[in-house]
Amino acid sequence: MSELTSNLMGRLTWDAIPYNEPILLWTFVAVALGGVGILAAVTYFRAWGVLWRDWITSIDHKKIGIMYIILGLVMLLRGFSDAIMMRAQQVLSFGNSMGFLPPHHYDQVFTAHGVIMIFFVAMPLVTGLMNFVVPLQIGARDVAFPFLNNFSFWMTAFGAGLVMMSLFVGEFARTGWLAYPPLSGILYSPDAGVDYYIWSLQIAGVGTLLSGINLIATIVKMRAPGMTLMKMPVFTWTALCTNVLIVAAFPVLTAVLALLSLDRYAGTDFFTNELGGNAMMYVNLIWIWGHPEVYILILPAFGVFSEVVSTFSGKRLFGYASMVYATIVITILSYLVWLHHFFTMGSGASVNAFFGITTMIISIPTGAKIFNWLFTMYRGRIRFEVPMLWTIGFMITFVIGGMTGVLLAVPPADFVLHNSLFLVAHFHNVIIGGVLFGMFAGINYWFPKAFGYKLDPFWGKCSFWLWVSGFWFAFMPLYVLGLMGVTRRLSHFDDPSLRIWFEIAAFGAGLIFLGIMSLIIQLVVSYRNRASLRDTTGDPWDGRTLEWSTSSPPPAYNFAFTPVVHDNDTWADMKKNGYVRPQRGFIPIHMPKNTGAGFIIAALSALGGFAMIWHMWLVACVALATMLTAVIVHTFNYKRDFHIPAEEVVRVEGIRTRMLASHV
Amino acid sequence: MSEIALPSRERAVARTSSAEATPRFYLTHEHHPESGTLFGFWLYLMSDCLVFACLFAVYAVLGRNYAGGPTGAELFELPLVAVNTSLLLLSSITYGFAMLEMQRDRLRTTLFWLAVTGLLGAGFIGIELHEFANLIHEGAGPQRSAFLSSFFTLVGTHGLHVTFGIVWLVTLMVQSAKHGLIPENRRRLMCLSMFWHFLDVVWVGVFTFVYLMGVLP
Repeated sequence: MSELTSNLMGRLTWDAIPYNEPILLWTFVAVALGGVGILAAVTYFRAWGVLWRDWITSIDHKKIGIMYIILGLVMLLRGFSDAIMMRAQQVLSFGNSMGFLPPHHYDQVFTAHGVIMIFFVAMPLVTGLMNFVVPLQIGARDVAFPFLNNFSFWMTAFGAGLVMMSLFVGEFARTGWLAYPPLSGILYSPDAGVDYYIWSLQIAGVGTLLSGINLIATIVKMRAPGMTLMKMPVFTWTALCTNVLIVAAFPVLTAVLALLSLDRYAGTDFFTNELGGNAMMYVNLIWIWGHPEVYILILPAFGVFSEVVSTFSGKRLFGYASMVYATIVITILSYLVWLHHFFTMGSGASVNAFFGITTMIISIPTGAKIFNWLFTMYRGRIRFEVPMLWTIGFMITFVIGGMTGVLLAVPPADFVLHNSLFLVAHFHNVIIGGVLFGMFAGINYWFPKAFGYKLDPFWGKCSFWLWVSGFWFAFMPLYVLGLMGVTRRLSHFDDPSLRIWFEIAAFGAGLIFLGIMSLIIQLVVSYRNRASLRDTTGDPWDGRTLEWSTSSPPPAYNFAFTPVVHDNDTWADMKKNGYVRPQRGFIPIHMPKNTGAGFIIAALSALGGFAMIWHMWLVACVALATMLTAVIVHTFNYKRDFHIPAEEVVRVEGIRTRMLASHV
Repeated sequence: MSEIALPSRERAVARTSSAEATPRFYLTHEHHPESGTLFGFWLYLMSDCLVFACLFAVYAVLGRNYAGGPTGAELFELPLVAVNTSLLLLSSITYGFAMLEMQRDRLRTTLFWLAVTGLLGAGFIGIELHEFANLIHEGAGPQRSAFLSSFFTLVGTHGLHVTFGIVWLVTLMVQSAKHGLIPENRRRLMCLSMFWHFLDVVWVGVFTFVYLMGVLP
């Protein structure tokens, strides 16, 4: 009997629930009440059916893209509360005061912050934008594998769910966001924290990999007739390169985490100190994934800036071909620099010099991009709308981050700055100033396309100014502290003279908090004023690429007729050369059908992951077997498509015709 | 100038547009992009190939870290591995026969060759499990040394792939028997074919790199 219990419940006991930690307890109460509130609201508005039919089982790339972005924004709140806690702890914890976070909790907070911000904020935002925009930009009806797309999203979402669960059941890893062994090995981290880390990333990683394959196949196979590679919009180009990076990098993460779990579960000796293991091999492998990962995040942001700059300058992008080649060069170089993350490993002068030089070379194509954007603005008729503000804020902020990056690329300098707050300031400088600003630019830019009304510009500008100034206040002090030799991940300081810098940083975090609040207010205000912010034309910014040629929000089939492309900036070309919107001759449109299989399989994999984390072997086996069965059963479903009848297309297009006519 | 780059069918659309008043910016017929499944599956195989690349790299780093335990020269039984290798290589040939029969639209012989492939694969897995059991019995299990950890992981991952391949093969046999060699099933058999040959290629690497080079002093 006790054996059955241990197979069913593993090592999960009531002790795993942190009811004696007041912070977690109150968070749990808040989350539980909020969750019950949402469930009650969904029930009250009888929205379960709509939620299941139109969203959870949807294989429409636009809805999946929107769900990714919602996931990213929700997780941003979680990741940011971790950040606020760290900033508060480092201000309070001086001299005799130990602050409010005990070290074992503080270590979980900085680990969770890194993991969440990279995997469950930046990745969903980037993937969401690509999912929403790419098929529209290339004139396709959906992605190449619509079901897989839905499955990928739910794998990511359930991975995020596992991380969130670690807050209330057990604990999260205390190892830092890359979980270096031997610290993450079973000897030094025997509890469930690292297992939460491993399984949530494995599950989300499968989703990311499959969505990478999906988008490459989409871009390569499904472009509208006439759209040669060198006529693709730059955002699609960056999406292609990013997804190539995903497919070429994520398997390495999968493999290295699998090896770490073998060390932890099966007692192997890959990264142990005994019996011939080699911990530095883990560090090498994880950075072979990790360095391309930062380019996976930044390239689509570069794509967003390219679209925004050209639209709001009212000009063709300067140096299109050089932009494309710069993107490709960055894609390739991103594989040749991983060792700069651990120059201090001591691999010798030649090896360090090689990786230092390749790292510095990356600044050349990146610099070319910056100049291209500047030259696009030069003599342009610039409109300072919110997406353009984010772009200019990016250019100023990112250049600083890039330059401190080149500084860190010099091996002797890195020996001094390794693992210091200078490094922390550098990568926040490029990730916030690059990726996050890019995502905000993209969200403000494409929001009217997704929902049919613009976002309120006043609150958008508030958010922008608070974020940008908050960023500078929060991270410039960290450069100073890093140069003074303060290392990262410390929860307590003795030297009171350092305190002022942490106070400035905390003030900056406060400004960022207000920036996030403004973003939320912006969303609410825009929803309430949606009538006056309505985009009736489908082309609210005088855009240049195909997504602006269809209605806002686009119909399920995106384009009534597949567009034919003759030039870069297709939509600008169409507007200039007398395109007349077709109003008759509509034909039935072939579309894929919704399915719940993706959600179910992803849920089973999360159950299996949870069971593995808590050593519930029986549950894990059942979950795996059920998952496999579900996959096989799904393949027996051959009826996966349907036709939207021509009458339906006539009806939808008729609505648009009347809308266009009534607002000219 | 822009017309030069257009694919031929689309060029026709664009050219008539200047002559008559047909629309220049969209197609009036339904546009069916080429199916991306085979290409997508190729991409998946390449990502899987990277997983194996990592495991090979790990074996290259750890493969001589015996930690005072047994070495490859002491453990590997090359004759057994040779039999195993022949089974797998043969199964690739029989899968090829199945595909040839599929091209000729002959369901029964297709199923026959698929069954032979599956049996050869099962034989391969059987021998591998036998080898693993022997090693563990001799005290040379994956916990013994970093060399054995990386050996079991690399060879075991390949074996796991073959096992999944067999499950997939059986599924496809059932589906083909049920629905015949319809386009969906042909496409699926094509994907499994690529998967199966891919595992064969990986095994050639394992055989050379792990077993043949492993017995060198």
